[in-house]
Amino acid sequence: MTALGKLLRTTAFKLTLVYLSIFAVFAVFLLGYFAWNTRRLITEQITQTVDAEITGLAEQYRQGGIRRLVFIVEARSRRPGSSLYLLTTPAGEGLAGNVGSLSAGVLNSTGWEETAYRRLDDLDGTQHHALVRVFQLPAGFRLLVGRDLEERERLRDIVLAAGRWSLAVVIVLGVAGGLFVTRRVLKRVDAMTDTTRQIMEGDLTGRLPIAGTGDELDRLASNLNDMLERIEGLMHGLKEMSDNIAHDLKTPLTRLRNRCEEALRLAEDESQYRRALEGTIEESDALIRTFNALLMIARAESGQARDGMIDVDAAEIARGVGELYEPVADEKGIRLRVEAPAPVPLKGNRELISQALANLVDNAIKYGVSTPIEMNGAEPEIVITAVPDGERIQLTVADTGRGIPEADRGRAMERFVRLEQSRSLPGSGLGLSLASAVARLHGGELRLEDNRPGLKTVVSLPRSGHAALAQ
Amino acid sequence: MRLLIIEDDRDAADYLAKAFREVGHMAELAPDGEEGLALALNGQYDVLIVDRMLPRLDGLSLIGTLRSKGIETPALILSALGQVDDRVKGLRAGGDDYLPKPYSFSELLARTEVLARRRGGREETVYRVGDLQLDRLSHQVVRGAEEIILQPREFRLLEYLMKHAGQVVTRTMLLENVWDYHFDPQTNVIDVHISRLRSKIDKGFAQPLLHTVRGAGYVIRDR
Repeated sequence: MTALGKLLRTTAFKLTLVYLSIFAVFAVFLLGYFAWNTRRLITEQITQTVDAEITGLAEQYRQGGIRRLVFIVEARSRRPGSSLYLLTTPAGEGLAGNVGSLSAGVLNSTGWEETAYRRLDDLDGTQHHALVRVFQLPAGFRLLVGRDLEERERLRDIVLAAGRWSLAVVIVLGVAGGLFVTRRVLKRVDAMTDTTRQIMEGDLTGRLPIAGTGDELDRLASNLNDMLERIEGLMHGLKEMSDNIAHDLKTPLTRLRNRCEEALRLAEDESQYRRALEGTIEESDALIRTFNALLMIARAESGQARDGMIDVDAAEIARGVGELYEPVADEKGIRLRVEAPAPVPLKGNRELISQALANLVDNAIKYGVSTPIEMNGAEPEIVITAVPDGERIQLTVADTGRGIPEADRGRAMERFVRLEQSRSLPGSGLGLSLASAVARLHGGELRLEDNRPGLKTVVSLPRSGHAALAQ
Repeated sequence: MRLLIIEDDRDAADYLAKAFREVGHMAELAPDGEEGLALALNGQYDVLIVDRMLPRLDGLSLIGTLRSKGIETPALILSALGQVDDRVKGLRAGGDDYLPKPYSFSELLARTEVLARRRGGREETVYRVGDLQLDRLSHQVVRGAEEIILQPREFRLLEYLMKHAGQVVTRTMLLENVWDYHFDPQTNVIDVHISRLRSKIDKGFAQPLLHTVRGAGYVIRDR
């Protein structure tokens, strides 16, 4: 496609053409209206002066008879100008005036008529047009008074010429302007097209250029950029997840396989086979759990679980989870308390929020215990709270354990990351990232804070569920 | 118990049928949705086990058709889709229970037996197992002559166990029915709750009532 062809095919140029046509039609109409009105005005003026003149001449005739009229008509005929006069006998012979010849039959009827004529003093005999009125005098004389229409015709020519010129100017300027505007728009759209092609070729880091004018193209570009941001995030998550699956599911799968091979090779009696099989089932259950957690995170992150948002009470969720884990904590010598005195309503998915909170409490029970020396005689405690926080709500789980050093907190929320101190304990390493995914699904966030001593995990959610989709 | 297993995976279906027959149940197989529907419409079954994704007629439509024809045979849906909203969809379509794949046979067996029993089972006001008695109206629990004080959740746990006395109930069944949670709490929280309950109802009595079934779950019975 040639550059010009491309230019002419753009929406902007087509729009320009439409505007141009509308404008041209409007200009023609305006000029036409002006011309028609002027012409009407001129005609009106002629008829008025002619009428007045005829009235005057008729008066002269009544007072001084035909001789006086002939005298006056002769005198007026000699004056230069556009006025026409002709006085005839009842038989139609000319008595006085400056009209040489007329179209046939004009004199036979009285009233207004547009006619071609020749002037008496005009020797080359060109035809002119005139607007005339024939008046019947008493005794059969006829008086014709009129005005040449040259003036009116000249005006028509002027208007026509003006029309042609202005139309030409409008079209030339319009097309040029259209091309100019189109080129500018096209340049920006071309830049966008280039970026999208680059993105399509696999480079997701590309972003559309923003001119900074805040116009509709900018708005479009910035929305598309947001979309790209989200897609890049999702793609990144997907890639990370497949890497992690490859890495962290293959390890237990290898273990599983080794165990089976070992049993085949070494087992000597039924009880050894049985033990190997039991181990295999346990291992596969752990694998299924990890897999389920991964699926759930992926699901929460893609926003598929948004349908289940209903009115729930965070305080009730906190009490429910607290009640579920209280005996487990108690067994480990940890006091578990729930501080949720008043209802904390929000829109959300009860099941998912419960699961997220359960993961946090589970973590707190597993990792929230320090050695007695570190505790310095204080009783280990886990406190779950649910409190409103302006337009948001906060669900927190605070323990009195060793906590996580500030530098490690960001990493702790990543999938499969298990900090050094927790490697010896069972767990998939997905608890925090699942809680974080659930929080983001609700338009909120998960934060890790210092409980001095211990760790405080905070799930902050907007009351309205996923109203704020800011990610 | 007569079962109809509607499952297109031949190996899985054969395995299930064999396992159910081993524990003394009768199991018939249907390899696709249409045949399953025909069998379910004509035969007398205690429980239907329906795979969600079936050739020719999917599991949810099958159950929907049965229900619209007034056939209320309890149906358990098996599905590879294990998320909360899929479960809700399955139950809304007329299924009575939902078990995500992969499942353990003991879990499936326990759920199937509970479904089979539920049918026609009347809701009693007082449950009795041996000398243990639970009054659902006054919320009173008595063992022998001794009144046992339970926390509300312990009461509901015991109530569920006693409602299905003699039947094995799994940890996930307890978590779903007593706590209404459908996620995996990682730690064996249920075991701890059970041991608390056991210390209240069995401690100090010669005959234990609450038993652990290895690899499956728990059962309450007086033998």
